[in-house]
Amino acid sequence: MKSEEELFNILKTKFNENVIKLVKQPIDPFIICDPLMINEISLYLLSNEELLFDNLMNLSGVDDANGKSTPIEGIATIEGGTLSVYYHLESTKFRHKVVLKVCTPREKPEVASVALVWRSADWHEREAYDLLGIKFLNHPDLRRILMPYDWEAGYPLRKDYANPEFYHGMKVPY
Amino acid sequence: MAIKTEEMVLNMGPQHPSTHGVLRLELVLEGEIIQKVIPHIGYLHRCFEKHCEAMTYPQVIPYTDRMDYLAAMGNEFGYAITVEKLLGIQLPERVEYIRVIMGELQRIASHLVAIGTYGADIGAMTPFLFAFRDREVILNLFEITCGARMLYNYIWVGGLSHDLHPDFVRLTREFIKYFRPKIVEMNELLSTNRIFIERTANVGVLPLETAINFGITGPMLRGSGFKWDLRRDDTYSVYNKFDFDIPVGEGKVGTVGDCWDRYYVRILEMGESLKIIEQALDQLPEGDVTSAIPKRIKPPVGSVYKRVENPRGELGYFIISNGTTSPFRVKVRAPSFVNLGIMDVLCKNHMVADVIAILGSVDIVLGEVDR
Amino acid sequence: MSYLDTQFDDNIIIAKVDDLFNWARLSSLWQVGFGLACCAIEMMATSASHYDFDRFGVIPRPSPRQSDIIIISGTVTLKMALRVKRLYEQMPDPKYVISMGSCSNCGGPYWEHGYHVLKGVDRVIPVDVYVPGCPPRPEALLEGLMKLQEKVRNESVIKKSA
Ligand code: SF4
Repeated sequence: MKSEEELFNILKTKFNENVIKLVKQPIDPFIICDPLMINEISLYLLSNEELLFDNLMNLSGVDDANGKSTPIEGIATIEGGTLSVYYHLESTKFRHKVVLKVCTPREKPEVASVALVWRSADWHEREAYDLLGIKFLNHPDLRRILMPYDWEAGYPLRKDYANPEFYHGMKVPY
Repeated sequence: MAIKTEEMVLNMGPQHPSTHGVLRLELVLEGEIIQKVIPHIGYLHRCFEKHCEAMTYPQVIPYTDRMDYLAAMGNEFGYAITVEKLLGIQLPERVEYIRVIMGELQRIASHLVAIGTYGADIGAMTPFLFAFRDREVILNLFEITCGARMLYNYIWVGGLSHDLHPDFVRLTREFIKYFRPKIVEMNELLSTNRIFIERTANVGVLPLETAINFGITGPMLRGSGFKWDLRRDDTYSVYNKFDFDIPVGEGKVGTVGDCWDRYYVRILEMGESLKIIEQALDQLPEGDVTSAIPKRIKPPVGSVYKRVENPRGELGYFIISNGTTSPFRVKVRAPSFVNLGIMDVLCKNHMVADVIAILGSVDIVLGEVDR
Repeated sequence: MSYLDTQFDDNIIIAKVDDLFNWARLSSLWQVGFGLACCAIEMMATSASHYDFDRFGVIPRPSPRQSDIIIISGTVTLKMALRVKRLYEQMPDPKYVISMGSCSNCGGPYWEHGYHVLKGVDRVIPVDVYVPGCPPRPEALLEGLMKLQEKVRNESVIKKSA
């Protein structure tokens, strides 16, 4: 059982500038990491004898919507800012938990894939790609998963998403 | 002439009686042997997460019902305690007990559907009818509590929508008495049935390491022999006050972690749920169930991940709040979504007919896979 | 010799072709064994014990080519709509559609923000009976079925019904 601070210090000494900081909040503090190094940090967390984070509970993509937004005909388009991914990890042996977060620029969202570290990340990452357009580098099979494969109207969970009028001749809005 | 072999691709679904909804499986075959299974999901993607961002916190609850529609109480339960953690409110004891009772009744109802349809998939129609008959009794209990049969909107953030019906305790006790022999009956009818065992034992064996790496939870993980139940291992609500066992797969008729084990864990869990309900009814305190409901739900800025043990496994909610009355982002870690990801591994080198047996033992609900 | 044979031996029954056909049709409406979402569970409950769809002659067939009705039981998404349409097209005439639940009637709870939900299955296939509810109780579905039977009863072989 290790606290967030101990875990942060372990990671900081191992990966120094790639582990950016520990954000303290009353519930679930999280550690911000480098998006392109997250796969190696994950591998270390999984394989280190004293950490053994063998269970990826959840992986969620988030649109932070912290860029500059310009309203065009009702729907705002957002420029700049970041998209982020949260990783909730747990060790079934030691029962400790940690939350990692990576931020990636909205215009070129690229995060290293952890699908080969925890296989459960495979579909979660595809979902984040599908709904938010985050590209996971070295993912074995990065396709849309929930939306149709030929969906062209963008990524629906982004805050500036606009729904199309028609899809294959079917009217979409009510 | 040289003999040429080539792989055949077979499509199963989205309209197929045994895919439990609208799942499409692309099977790559060599003769009758499965080389690869590619699941295609999303035929029921109902934009849950987008709705959450547009609704206020209490308005999200009916939508959580519609994710895992076989275990609606469990979904509400999870959502409510996640938001409560974010708000940091204390609940009256009675609310917690009623929630546990509802959650466990729902678990039985959900497992009954899982078992019944599993039997029907494999060719035994009678267990299906028996299971639905017993499920109907539970649905009646829910109906006198909150008026709905399937999708309840009963568990609210901070409390419940109604108190129990005056007859509820008596009827539930009657149900427990009625249902105990039915489990035995189901065992005689299906669990020990020769044909059923032939179809399920040693099929789709899931080793434990693979299961954990794939994030498998719930009866599937326990079927592989790992005593892991969030009600005990990451306890929430008042589950630590009850005495119950965590059944695991033992490979009684085949290998540990085969389809039969997963099925049998569900049967045993129904018995454990009955135990919990009995204890909860005995200890049920008096009190008011609506007093702690906040007038206006406006959690502080922050994020929280909380999980509960749903009938299908670990149901997690990840909620980010930006200090307004509606969530900034809700991500649901749906157990079926994660559990379905292992189909390819389980089905490899099995026959086509075994796909049905394996899929039934994974027990997915498409509403939750696609959300 | 069955009971009926002993009762009516050497008898002639005179009926209109319309009535005979309609009677036969309405008492054996086979449905496509096909469920979409939450409503499908209520549909299953309707066909299982207690409510027993079978007494109305409704039994699920695995193939659309052998069925007379399709019950659209649940949310039709854009991805699924094309498949629903194809299923409907594969059914032989005469064919009927029951739209079960608010979702397939009009989009239901997902009408506003459902970027991937078809707001009403009648945008892709014609519907005969709408059953409201979320989910409709089994009794409501049975009522819908009886409404459909009424419709079938008044059909004519020669005249196209409106
Ligand atoms: S109408 Fe309601 S119960 Fe039926 S599919 Fe839609 S959301 Fe589910």
